[in-house]
Amino acid sequence: MDWKFRNGIPIYLQIIDEMTMRIASGAYKPGEKLPSVRDLSMEAGVNPNTMQKAMAELERKKLVFSERTSGRFVTEDESVLKELHEELAKKYFAELSEKLTKIGMTGEEIAEAIRSWLEELR
Amino acid sequence: MARIEINGLTKEFTGLTALDSVDLSLEKGQIVGLLGPNGSGKTTLIKILNGLLKPTAGTVLINNMTPGIGTKKAVAFLPDRNALPEYMTTDQLLELYQDFFEDFNREKAEAMIADLGISTSQQMKKMSKGTKEKLQLCLVMAREADVYLLDEPIGGVDPATRDYILRTIISNYNEDALVIIATHLISDVESVLDDVVFIKEGRVVLHKPAETIREETGESVDQLFREVFRC
Repeated sequence: MDWKFRNGIPIYLQIIDEMTMRIASGAYKPGEKLPSVRDLSMEAGVNPNTMQKAMAELERKKLVFSERTSGRFVTEDESVLKELHEELAKKYFAELSEKLTKIGMTGEEIAEAIRSWLEELR
Repeated sequence: MARIEINGLTKEFTGLTALDSVDLSLEKGQIVGLLGPNGSGKTTLIKILNGLLKPTAGTVLINNMTPGIGTKKAVAFLPDRNALPEYMTTDQLLELYQDFFEDFNREKAEAMIADLGISTSQQMKKMSKGTKEKLQLCLVMAREADVYLLDEPIGGVDPATRDYILRTIISNYNEDALVIIATHLISDVESVLDDVVFIKEGRVVLHKPAETIREETGESVDQLFREVFRC
């Protein structure tokens, strides 16, 4: 798994996004033990304090939890994971809608375009 | 007490003020980038921290001690040019480091040397420039020191080795050590840094967490550097 960081955005925020995607997509499964902060820092090529800050934030969002001695794990709480998927879906729809609105499509046209695109997929 | 405490530090050479009233306080558990263009005073500052130069004015304290024999035990120094006897082989240099430094972890050095494919029986003078640099870095990073002073640690090596060196610095991180990396190759090191110190014409013009710079300016440290030091 390769990490890419964009300029000018705090790295801990980009780590949170990447880890969130990995959890949402199942790259890290519910209940799976995460690598240590040191190993994740090395994999991503980032400062360990920055990685630690991102992990603390993921814990605050309840996407991961730590067990005092055995490490850090992905949440198994289905309601948290469901909420995460909904949140991500909203974000992607917002991005899509912003782009399509920019090229002059109305809400109805967007809905119609999505319907016909789904038809084609089938 | 900070790990390194610098107050009003000035260093004058004949006809040149290399450092001009520098105040700097650096805490343990940090990886700090000492960033500035060529001739800005980075190496002079590092040499003073390592006791190789004496300040003209001001004070420098490492672990609450003036640089000298006491601090050399606690400081692992990678100079910007080779300072090791070049007639020695890798094995002999390992012996030398083991004799000199109580905190030298020989197994760690041997593992790094093996990772980087450096010959243990070759004399240093027969190695390429890049290999010499790698070997020196292995020896320095294998010490379990309180302070690491790395002057241009990635200057002369290829990108793959650069990654290995940065990963080594990350894996070596511990809460009690302070790592100072002096370099002008900012985009390569910036994701590894806690704090950033910009040094310009012998003065500290900025000292901030790298993440704060990204947050406040919406720029990378590299972009900000190019603005501050535009020629």
